[in-house]
Amino acid sequence: MSTETNTIEQLANKEYKWGFVTEIEAETAPRGLNEDIIRFISAKKNEPEWLLEWRLKAYRHWLTMEEPRWPNVKYDKIDYQDIIYYAAPKQKDRPKSLAEVDPELLRTYEKLGISLQEQERLAGVAVDAVFDSVSVATTFKEKLKELGIIFCSFSEAVQEHPDLVRQYLGSVVPSNDNFFAALNSAVFSDGSFCYIPRGVRCPMELSTYFRINAADTGQFERTLIIAEENSYVSYLEGCTAPMRDTNQLHAAVVELVAVGDNAQIKYSTVQNWYPGDKNGKGGIYNFVTKRGKCIGKNSKISWTQVETGSAITWKYPSVILQGDSSVGEFYSVAVVNNHQQADTGTKMIHLGKNTRSTIVSKGISAGFGQNSYRGLVEIKRGATNARNFSQCDSLLLGDKCGAHTFPYIEVKNRTSRVEHEASTSKIGEDQIFYCKQRGLSTEDAVNMIVNGFCKEVFRELPMEFAVEAQKLLGISLEGSVG
Amino acid sequence: MDQGGSRKIFDACVRKEVGMSHQQKTNVWYQSSFELFEKSLNGEATTPLHAIRRGALERFHALGFPTTKNEEWRFTNVAPIAKAAFTPTFGLPGHIPSAKEIERFSFGTPHRLVFVNGHFAKDLSTVGKLSAGVALTNLATAFKQHRDLVDAHFSKYAPFDENPFVALNTAFAQDGAFIYVPEGCQVDDAISLVFVAVGSEPFYIPPRNLIVLEERAQLQIVESFVTTTNASYFTNVVSEISLGRDAVLEHDKLQHESLQAFHIAAIHVRQKERSNFTSNSIALGGSLVRNNVTTVLGAEWCEATLNGLSVGTGTQLIDNHTTIDHAKPNCASHELYKAILDGKSRGVFNGKIFVRTDAQKTDAKQTNMTLLLSDDATIDTKPQLEIFADDVKCTHGATVGQLDENQVFYLRSRGIDEKLAADILTFAFASDVVNRVHVPALREQLEFLVHAKLNEGRKS
Repeated sequence: MSTETNTIEQLANKEYKWGFVTEIEAETAPRGLNEDIIRFISAKKNEPEWLLEWRLKAYRHWLTMEEPRWPNVKYDKIDYQDIIYYAAPKQKDRPKSLAEVDPELLRTYEKLGISLQEQERLAGVAVDAVFDSVSVATTFKEKLKELGIIFCSFSEAVQEHPDLVRQYLGSVVPSNDNFFAALNSAVFSDGSFCYIPRGVRCPMELSTYFRINAADTGQFERTLIIAEENSYVSYLEGCTAPMRDTNQLHAAVVELVAVGDNAQIKYSTVQNWYPGDKNGKGGIYNFVTKRGKCIGKNSKISWTQVETGSAITWKYPSVILQGDSSVGEFYSVAVVNNHQQADTGTKMIHLGKNTRSTIVSKGISAGFGQNSYRGLVEIKRGATNARNFSQCDSLLLGDKCGAHTFPYIEVKNRTSRVEHEASTSKIGEDQIFYCKQRGLSTEDAVNMIVNGFCKEVFRELPMEFAVEAQKLLGISLEGSVG
Repeated sequence: MDQGGSRKIFDACVRKEVGMSHQQKTNVWYQSSFELFEKSLNGEATTPLHAIRRGALERFHALGFPTTKNEEWRFTNVAPIAKAAFTPTFGLPGHIPSAKEIERFSFGTPHRLVFVNGHFAKDLSTVGKLSAGVALTNLATAFKQHRDLVDAHFSKYAPFDENPFVALNTAFAQDGAFIYVPEGCQVDDAISLVFVAVGSEPFYIPPRNLIVLEERAQLQIVESFVTTTNASYFTNVVSEISLGRDAVLEHDKLQHESLQAFHIAAIHVRQKERSNFTSNSIALGGSLVRNNVTTVLGAEWCEATLNGLSVGTGTQLIDNHTTIDHAKPNCASHELYKAILDGKSRGVFNGKIFVRTDAQKTDAKQTNMTLLLSDDATIDTKPQLEIFADDVKCTHGATVGQLDENQVFYLRSRGIDEKLAADILTFAFASDVVNRVHVPALREQLEFLVHAKLNEGRKS
């Protein structure tokens, strides 16, 4: 078994290959946070008065809040005055087309495997690329516009569709929701905005790629997706960051609103922020608030996430099932290796009748990683015939890691049915033996078993992402099989 | 300060006439009660044992009653306990129930210790023939006669630094059961411990039990909490249990307090190699009930089985918290907790399983099932696994639902009316736990009581 352990450990020790830094001139705000910084950001973005007020209100509320300590993660206190809250690649004017975007930036994205130029030519995925705090390019905008779909950066939406932004901003995650959401509301710099009008099925995957580049900055983006009656959209999110010794804060807010009847939003994330080195030095603190609200009847919100990066992940993509017969789904694979920590899960709040939710969470822990699933299924009194099924499985690779589950189930309606199942196990020696007997190496056997373990979740990802996620999983676990 | 003066302050505080915080007024009240208690001890207040009590009271003063902000008490608001001034008692009440009234709680065993309002009632108790070396007596006697054993085990397994109720129990610990079974000794008949609450006053009843089984000892215990009154008293019981190597203990508990009463209980178990602990906890009474069962599997090859059933009606709140700490390899634990909730009752379940770094080859299984019979009943359940070892098998499952329509249909198609069909299925759901009790007379009594309780829920 010891040789197998070695291979497994080697497997888990592959390097982070997105850790390069792009040399690009950036315009940054001074270090620290105060009302002037917020005014500075707001002015930079040429924002209307109401939005500045909204930010300041959030900031003032944030000052009264305390950083939450309940997550099952350990980290040193964050000095919020030592963060740069705004960093943008220097550009003269907003680029009208890709041709005007700084070639250095485009090269960065190419290096990351997302060629914006290629995207422009090949159909498939429309990308909004966010570099540090600012959206640098959005592809396929024109084509989507013909269908009435609005897909642009958040700052653009503020300028061009202020009514929509004003109506829905903070409607799912209020600015005073929690410590990090309040911080984000005060200082958010950019993000993606997406509006799908009535009866439109978005013909391509919409995607945002987030990249942190500058040192000592925090990234605070905000995504807002609105789906009207009978519409459908599938949205992807990917992220990477350079390797740095210090921890960087990423506190994003994502709001999904399925407004009309039968509206459907599918949101997929492959999170691959820099996880820190083998000794746990550096890495991103990923403190994110993601929430969706199913307002319309039969509406559906589905979260799929593959979390392999970040030193610390702290997020609970949730769904408020308000409309009758609405559906919420959460599929998650969370991998922790080395000294990574993850406290992630979901909340399903059932308000409407016949609402249904499914939770499938797969946690993989290796090295010294600590993985926690924390979930809430709440059936309110009016949620007649509500149904929930939850499954959370943990796989442990190695004897120094940990897997934890904290599911909360609160039921106030007797016609509802809630089921929760959890299991924790390691890869069986017999399973590996069986594979080896058939000529597979230990490494391949482990890869295969781990992929099989995650299959229920990968199945939910759009195809290109599923392939990417599988590869990523192999890399994150390199050297950890035991 | 005497108790009367203290009560005046307490009441004035509750009415908000005096600018004292809840915490302060609670502290004044229990401090004055403690001083009375010390006086009743007749000079024993200088023993090391009493130093533990004092430490516990101090800790209680520091902790105060928990609020719902405390994760452990998130769903259980103990404000009704904190708001009332419960009177401790320092001796048997003048009027105690007759032996006849107690008879049905003997469960066919010759060994019965009866405690009235927490005090040992010698006249009601019977002790049959026991093997040499077995000690079965009350704790107050054991403080004198079994000093070494008490010193070695008392307050060693139920830590009071975090749990204010354990602290409050320890501070006022004066009586309860003391059971010692020496090496290799098997006690054939179950031992029945009956705790009766009487009187119409809001008494504070803090029984404290200490149960020690040496190597290869075997024992069955039945703890029953019953009452002749419908007063609003406060039982705060702590049982400490130590199991030696290969020891086997079945601990059955029937909680059938007054529907106005508060019942807070903690069972703390420490297990040695290959020991086997089973807890069957049946909760029927009480307006606010909290059961903590904690076992530390502190050596290899231990086994722990925790079963529980709560039946809630009216506005009852029944909270079960269990903790199984797998500290060493090769241990197994099985857990089945069920709740049937009717009326406006609320159920809470939190089942923690810890698997420490060392504890490879752990096999832990937990199941929690709730049946909601009414629209106003609520359940908050939180199974919790914390695993730090890799070669383990841990599962938990939780379900909340109603009776299976197909099963009801099956019975109806055989000529059983809907109401009876529902009764049969509900009772079957409960029987799953009741049947795990190995003391036949207790099982019969439980079947009767559970049935009566379910019918009572139906009527209301």
